[in-house]
Amino acid sequence: MRDSTTNLRWGPPAASNLKTLVSRIRETSRLMVGIPDYDRYVEHVSTNHPERPIMSYREFFDNRQQARYGMGMKRCC
Amino acid sequence: MTALSKLLWGGIAVFGAIALAVVALSRGETINSVWLVVAAICTYLIAYRFYGLFIGRAVMQLDANRATPAYRHNDGLDYVPTNRYVLFGHHFAAIAGAGPLVGPVLAAQMGYLPGTLWILAGVVFAGAVQDSLVLFLSTRRDGRSLGEIIRSEMGATAGGIALIGVFLIMIIILAVLALVVVKALAGSPWGAFTVMTTIPIAVIMGVYSRFIRPGQIAEMSIIGFVLLMTALIFGRSVAESPGIAPYFDYSGETLAIMLIGYGFVASVLPVWLLLAPRDYLSTFLKIGAIAALALGILIVMPPLKMAAVTRFIDGTGPVFSGALFPFLFITIACGAVSGFHALISSGTTPKMIENETQIPFIGYGGMLMESFVAIMAMVAASVIEPGVYFAMNSPSGLIGTDAVKAAATIGSWGFTVTPDLLTDTARDVGETTILSRAGGAPTLAVGMAEIFSNVLGGKALMGFWYHFAILFEALFILTAVDAGTRACRFMVQDMIGAAIPAFRNTESWANNLLATTIAVSMWGYILYSGVIDPLGGINTLWPLFGISNQMLAGIALITCTVVLFKMKRQRYAWVAAMPALWLLICTLTAGLQKVFHSDPAIGFLSHATRFGAALAEGKVLAPAKNLGQMRQIVFNDYVDASLAFAFVLVVVSVLVFGLLEIRRARANDRPTMREIGAEQAGMVHA
Repeated sequence: MRDSTTNLRWGPPAASNLKTLVSRIRETSRLMVGIPDYDRYVEHVSTNHPERPIMSYREFFDNRQQARYGMGMKRCC
Repeated sequence: MTALSKLLWGGIAVFGAIALAVVALSRGETINSVWLVVAAICTYLIAYRFYGLFIGRAVMQLDANRATPAYRHNDGLDYVPTNRYVLFGHHFAAIAGAGPLVGPVLAAQMGYLPGTLWILAGVVFAGAVQDSLVLFLSTRRDGRSLGEIIRSEMGATAGGIALIGVFLIMIIILAVLALVVVKALAGSPWGAFTVMTTIPIAVIMGVYSRFIRPGQIAEMSIIGFVLLMTALIFGRSVAESPGIAPYFDYSGETLAIMLIGYGFVASVLPVWLLLAPRDYLSTFLKIGAIAALALGILIVMPPLKMAAVTRFIDGTGPVFSGALFPFLFITIACGAVSGFHALISSGTTPKMIENETQIPFIGYGGMLMESFVAIMAMVAASVIEPGVYFAMNSPSGLIGTDAVKAAATIGSWGFTVTPDLLTDTARDVGETTILSRAGGAPTLAVGMAEIFSNVLGGKALMGFWYHFAILFEALFILTAVDAGTRACRFMVQDMIGAAIPAFRNTESWANNLLATTIAVSMWGYILYSGVIDPLGGINTLWPLFGISNQMLAGIALITCTVVLFKMKRQRYAWVAAMPALWLLICTLTAGLQKVFHSDPAIGFLSHATRFGAALAEGKVLAPAKNLGQMRQIVFNDYVDASLAFAFVLVVVSVLVFGLLEIRRARANDRPTMREIGAEQAGMVHA
C-alpha cells in the first residue's frame, strides 16, 4: 500500500506518512469498540454486491453495535 | 540470518540475560524496576523471533497463499480483511482486562521474583502458544468458536462438557471481578461517587450518539471523558463534605446488592443506552492508562521495595493460602496464560486476519503485550512499602481494623511499618483507611498513584491519581459484569433450551428475564458469599477463578494437541502438549487441594468440617457472629468445594476425550482434521 521510495524524500511524504498513521490510529480505536471501516463496507457492497441495498452510516453503526454487544460480550479478565 | 542481525539478536540476548541475572540474583539490595522491564522486553523479543515464528513456520506451516475467512466471506461487517497493526490493537484491547492487573499484585506476597519468572516462562511457552494456536485453528475453520472446534474435532460430548466448563468459568469470573470492585469501593465515598456517576455519563453518551449525533464515537467519548474527569475531581469534595459523604459511604454487603441489581438491569437494557457507551469509555481509558503506566515507569524508574522472595513461599501468606506450587501458578493466570483468551482468539479476530502468516504477530505478539501489562502490575505492587502492601492485602481477621494493631501484626511477620505510615498513606490517597483493601485494584492504584504523582502533581495529586486508577479498573470491570451477564443469559437459554426448545426464543421477555435472573443469581450468590467471607473473599475466590481460567487453557491446549495429531504433525505436538501437561499438573493439584487439603485455610471440606463440628456443639467460631452465619459458612464451603471439583471433572473428561481422539488419529495414516478452505484457491463471497 505504501510506496517505500517516498520515505527517501523530505516534506510532503512525511506528512502523508503522518496522515496514514493518524488514520490507522483512528481505525484501530474504532475497531477496538467494534466499528469497522464504513467506507470500506460501502466500497465492498457496491463493488461486489451492487444488487444489495447499502446501509446508511447510522444503520451500519447500529448494526455493528448490536453485533458486538447484543449477545453479550466475552471479556477477559 | 545476516551477520548484522546475528549481532543484533546476540546483543539482545546478552542484554536480556544481564537484566534477568540482576533481577534474579540480587538479594538484600534494592534493584531498580527498569531491570525488570528490560528483562521482560528482551525475553519477549527473543521468544517472538525464535519461538513464535518457529511455531508459525514449522508447527502451523502457515500458507501465505491460502485465502483467509476475511477474504472468503468478506461482507464489510464481521469478515473484513484488516491491516495487521490495526488488528493487533483490536485483539489486544479484547484480551487485556483486569486479570493481568490483579493476579501479579496478589502474587507479590511471595516477592516479585517467583511471579515475574512465571509470567515470563508462562507467556513464552504456554499463554502466547495457546493464543496463537487457537487463532490458527479458528482461522482455518471460518472463525469458528472454541466450543465448535472442540465439537467438530473431539465429538459432541466433549464439546458439551467444555461448554458447561466455560459457563462455570464465566460465573466465577463475574463474581470475582465484582468482588474486586466491592473491595475497592466499600467505605470509599470518593470512589463510590465517581464510579456511580459513570452510569448517568454513559446514558448521556448513549443518548447523544443515538439521537443527537448518531454514531459519532470520538465526539461522545470526548464528552464522556470530560464529564468523567469532572466527576473524579468533584469526588474529593463529596468525600470531604460531612453532609454528602455518608450518602456514598457503603458497606461491602450494600455494594454487593447494588452491583447485583445493576448487573440485572444493565444486561436487559438496550445496549446503546448503557453498555456500549460505557465500553467505549472503558476501552479508551484502559489503553490510555496502560500506556501512561508504561511511560510513568520509564520516566520515574522507581526502585523495587518488595523483597525478591519473601518467607510466604511456604504457603502461610495472608493474601492467598497455599504454597508456591501450585498456587502461584493459578494466582497469576492472565499475563502468563489465560484460558479466556482461547474464546477471544476464536471470536472476532480470526474473521479479520488478512493473511495467515500474520497469526504469530497477532496471536503470539498480542499475548506478549498482555504479559507486559502483568509485569507492570508487578512493578506497581513492588514499588510501594512492603508493610503497606501487606496492610492493604491482608484480611481484617488477621490484622484487625486499626492501624496500630495492623502495624504490630505486620511487623511480627518481618515487614517493618509504622502506624503513621499506614494512616498517612490513606490520607495521601484521600481515603480514611487502606487496611484490608484486598483484591489487587487498590494496591495497584496506590502503586500507580506513587508512580504518576512522581511525574505530575506530587503528593497533592496522589488522591486524584489513586482514584483515577480505581475508576479505570472499576469501569472496565463493570463493563465486563454487564456484558458477561448478558453472555451468560444466552448460554443459560441455550443450555435449558436443549431440554425445553421454547426457552431458546431470545425475543421472549419472559425467557429473557428468567435466564437473566438465573445468571445474575448464580454470580450474585458467589459474590455475596465472598463479601461476607471471614477471610475477605478474595482469599477464597481468587484461587477458584485461577483454577477455572487455567483449566480452560488446559482444555484449549489439549484441543490444539489433538488437532496437531490429526494433522499428522505429532512431531511438533509437544509445543501444545508440554504446556497442557504443566497446566493439568498445576490445576489438578490446586483443585484437589482446594477440595481435600487438611489445612482449613486451604481445603474447603476441612474448613466445613471444622465449622460443622463447632456448629454441632452449638459454638460460634469467629468471624461468624451467630449460628445462622455458621451454617452459611459451612454451606458456602460445600458450594465452593463442588465448584472446584466440577472443574477437575471437566478437565479430566476433556483429557480422556483428547487421548481417545489422539489414539484414533494415530491409527489413521492420513490427516483427519476438519479444516475449511484448503480446496478453494480463489476468493469466494458469502
